Amino acid sequence: MKLLYYPGCTLHTVAVQFDQSTKEICKQLDIELIEISDFTCCGGLYPQTTENLMQLQAPARILVQAQRTDPNLELMTLCTFCYNTLKRTHYTLKKDEQKRNILNDYLEEPYNAKVKIVHLIEVFRDDIGYDTIRKKSKRSLLKGFRVAPYYGCLLLRPMNEIELDDQEQPSILEDLLYAIGCDVIEFPYRFDCCGSFHVVNKPEIAEQCSKELLRYTEQFHANCLVTCCPLCYYNISRFGGTDFNFQIFYITQLVGLALGIEPIKLGLDPEIINKFISDSYLV
Amino acid sequence: MKTLNEIEVTKKSEFKSTDTKMEFVNIFFAGKRYRVLKGLTILKALEFAGYRLVRGVGCRGGFCGACATVYRTDGDYRIKVGLACQTMIENNMYLAQLPFYPAIKAFYTVDEIKPSGDLFLRYYPEIMKCLQCNTCRKVCPQDLDVMRYIAAAQRGDVSRVADLSFDCLQCGLCASRCPAEIVHYHVAQLGRRSYSRFMQKPSTHLSKRIEEINSGKFNNEIESLIKLDRKELEIIYSQRDIEPEEEIAPKKDED
Repeated sequence: MKLLYYPGCTLHTVAVQFDQSTKEICKQLDIELIEISDFTCCGGLYPQTTENLMQLQAPARILVQAQRTDPNLELMTLCTFCYNTLKRTHYTLKKDEQKRNILNDYLEEPYNAKVKIVHLIEVFRDDIGYDTIRKKSKRSLLKGFRVAPYYGCLLLRPMNEIELDDQEQPSILEDLLYAIGCDVIEFPYRFDCCGSFHVVNKPEIAEQCSKELLRYTEQFHANCLVTCCPLCYYNISRFGGTDFNFQIFYITQLVGLALGIEPIKLGLDPEIINKFISDSYLV
Repeated sequence: MKTLNEIEVTKKSEFKSTDTKMEFVNIFFAGKRYRVLKGLTILKALEFAGYRLVRGVGCRGGFCGACATVYRTDGDYRIKVGLACQTMIENNMYLAQLPFYPAIKAFYTVDEIKPSGDLFLRYYPEIMKCLQCNTCRKVCPQDLDVMRYIAAAQRGDVSRVADLSFDCLQCGLCASRCPAEIVHYHVAQLGRRSYSRFMQKPSTHLSKRIEEINSGKFNNEIESLIKLDRKELEIIYSQRDIEPEEEIAPKKDED
């Protein structure tokens, strides 16, 4: 299958391992990724003001670019910020014709509101299927990973616009982790905030949030945390790196390991992974 | 700039007396109306009107980017831009010359900069304020994709910045219209400089030629040329080998 791929700014800079591991697993699962050329930032956040359409220009232009590249393909993103912003922009422009017309006056090419935006985990669930992933995975390999799935704030909310999964009782990350053979932990703090953009001007808030989250993870006897969000990954690995004895992974890294891809190709330190794997044999 | 009214008057009368078919149009320069010959470029029209341009003019061939200009045309609310040496005047055109648009250039020496991902942010942190309104692209007289090279600069993609901005003339129109107050053309220059310093392959034929010069390959030829007088030089010059333009092989991609 073919997918348009919008990496966003972070996937090419601070979250290269997320990009790298995604490309590796897509190769294994016969998904061809067509990267959108010369993209801009999506804006980072969906604007909080309802009438300020100017801030929708950036995400709308990305959607137009996708529509121009290939109108029949779905647009796949990985970063939860991009996913949330693009999806909500699409929702607004699809629902509100007046807003779409106003915005189209400012865009170089009008947006027809027909692009479908998907997250990779959505592709796994709906197009590839957990059964296929289970069959292709070396499930015994990941027994030592006692994973706490972590959704963060933006992946599921607001539910009526994102339509990925239930925002209070989701199972999309858990199901995928079960399919690849991880030891999944029922983690009640999976929606807690990591501190998000506070890390820019009030890092102490992000530090407090991340450390609290890590303490909970420890209490639930998880030895790793898995996320889809580059900012959660950044905050948690920045503030929890030395105090806590565990790892944070991108979901694609674990899927990659299960598919038998070498750790180094997934942007992982082989020594750390070996520790996890030998742990499992001891247990 | 000062007006030379006398020259203006004599010029006009001369043209009128010799050629009755001459057509004139109105232009408004800095709010004042001038009658100038039809079919001139903005630059020539200003000179026709009697202005002597000392800044905001350069090569007159559309290459140097010194004569950036903003104007409006009759019956159109939109502001338009262009190079004064390349844009033709129209009747009832409102215009002004931009001798220079204030833009601060970061101070760095190419040998000291480090080609890391935050290269652009260190010298031009304001690029993160980009609103992606695409105004910079709409005003660019070279039709460069300015917004996207700023996006590449935000990601620290030096080679993409250099690539997308290669035809930049540094006229500064992008900086004049940016709501985020970015100085795009300086950002692009930093990109091209660091690309050629750190990423481009060193050119082998250049170092080879320098070696040849240093080893004295051309010394005899130059010494014999020095001794010739002007006429002999002219003969040699007119008989030199010239590569015909048609036969230049198309440039191949070196990858």
